[in-house]
Amino acid sequence: MTDLTKLTLASALDGMKAREFSSMELTDAHIGACEAASGLNAFITPTFDLARDQAKASDERRVSGTIGKLEGAPLGMKDLFCTEGVRTTAASKILGDFTPPYESTVSANMKADGMVMLGKLNLDQFAMGSANETSCFGPVINPWRNGEDLVPGGSSGGSAAAVAADLCLGATATDTGGSIRQPAGFTGTVGIKPTYGRCSRYGIVAFASSLDQAGPIAKTVEDAAILLESMAGYDPKDSTSINEPVPDWRGAVGQSVKGLRVGVPREYTMDGIPKEIDAVWAEGVEWMREAGAEIVDVSLPHTKYALPVYYVVAPAEASSNLARYDGMRYGLRVEGENLADTYERTRTEGFGDEVRRRVMIGTYVLSAGYYDAYYLRAQKVRTKIADDFRQAWESCDVLLTPTAPSAAFPVGRKINDPIQMYLNDVFTVTANLAGLPGISVPAALDGNGLPLGLQIIGRALDESTVFKAAGALEKAAGFDAKPDKWWS
Amino acid sequence: MAEPKNGVSADDVRKIARLSRLHVEDEQCGSIAEDLNGILAWIEQLDEVDCEDVVPMTSAVAMDAPMRQDTVTSGNIRDRILANAPKTEDGFFVVPRSVE
Repeated sequence: MTDLTKLTLASALDGMKAREFSSMELTDAHIGACEAASGLNAFITPTFDLARDQAKASDERRVSGTIGKLEGAPLGMKDLFCTEGVRTTAASKILGDFTPPYESTVSANMKADGMVMLGKLNLDQFAMGSANETSCFGPVINPWRNGEDLVPGGSSGGSAAAVAADLCLGATATDTGGSIRQPAGFTGTVGIKPTYGRCSRYGIVAFASSLDQAGPIAKTVEDAAILLESMAGYDPKDSTSINEPVPDWRGAVGQSVKGLRVGVPREYTMDGIPKEIDAVWAEGVEWMREAGAEIVDVSLPHTKYALPVYYVVAPAEASSNLARYDGMRYGLRVEGENLADTYERTRTEGFGDEVRRRVMIGTYVLSAGYYDAYYLRAQKVRTKIADDFRQAWESCDVLLTPTAPSAAFPVGRKINDPIQMYLNDVFTVTANLAGLPGISVPAALDGNGLPLGLQIIGRALDESTVFKAAGALEKAAGFDAKPDKWWS
Repeated sequence: MAEPKNGVSADDVRKIARLSRLHVEDEQCGSIAEDLNGILAWIEQLDEVDCEDVVPMTSAVAMDAPMRQDTVTSGNIRDRILANAPKTEDGFFVVPRSVE
């Protein structure tokens, strides 16, 4: 039999439907791959026994004729989604042994569609990071190497690494400033952040509530569409959930882009970006033109302000969201001299450096005397950034940009200036601020043999066009490189 | 590196830490202040943008807050709620004394 871990999600679903193999066989193959990849540190909590139970149940359901959208497919779950009865850590010490008594809506949707869950995937602590190095369970290692260990990007680094290394057929992820798309770019995988409100945030450990969105990381654009169709949908338990039907996104992949207006934002040409990134971007523009799209030069004048806005808004919301970790009702408690001291010691020991830094920035920009100067101003500039996109949509249907300003970089690279790390999100963060869908598609290998991604951004709720454009890009790029297996 | 207009001092760090319910040692305050000042100075490029009459964006998608029935939808799960608590007794959370 062929190696079942090399299949795409779409072909695995077809194979089970045609009874070429069972979910149990497929699941066992993936568990084997996971067990032979502990060096990547992609999982925080493997759930192989649960996966076998779910696979068995799935095979039984198939006999009785009930088949869900993800029936029998072994998938990974970012450890930011609460899973009933399965430890959920957010890669933090403060939630180290938290076992949710409830299920996130996204994972519940996927369970209802027949998912087999292989385990909970590593991430940056509370999804704060761009290299998966802030996890208190250690860094994830990118399956792609260049003579040394590289980061998989972040915060969804475990999801991206697991998909790239064929440990699972797809994985859930979340994106607050680029945390789906940048790791997808670093690992040669596809990752989409849908429109804000498409996926329910219920049961996802909160980071910055006006920016957080769930989405999948997958092997192909079609696989991403299949996964997102299962994950998305209206949920009354999230007051920001959009009450719109989920379209047939899978059907949009493969449609012609003839006449589609593809905008190229001139402000995304930036100083200090490697020439190779610009070259791949230019190639992507040519591919879209050859596929029949019309290329339009557009301007998003406030692009350079997106990161500073993000580093006010996201920490502000995080400082508020993370106020709940007080050591009283769940999670770590470190006893102090009195109540206030207990709070402080619990949070100081339970949060990592980057989380503490962001909580303090957020507290500062929200504090009396500084609120107007920082927080209110950032919210106003956020309006200007969203207006830039509204203007752009008058002359184009999607935007084409690079995903990240570099390829994957070495683990442990010394970064003294946190702003250097924040720059990873320079091309992705605008879509979060404006609430728009964005997808990263692997486009090429750089001179060191490392993958580079291109991003398509679309109008709010217009994932269909995003999938159509991404499908065309994927086809033209013909990216089929895989990392050589070195891990064990 | 440029100084932000409201330069954060070591004393400010103590105040922010208290508001954040975080414990900082005295000898850390200087380096944390330097860290925060670097980030704040970078953030202050937002002052270049003309924001006259701009409405602040508070939500990623323009929509009204939905209404729902004011009814009990879940309950009677005390033990499940307590299951993750660091300390419990007789069906209650046990917390440090807050009034002497």
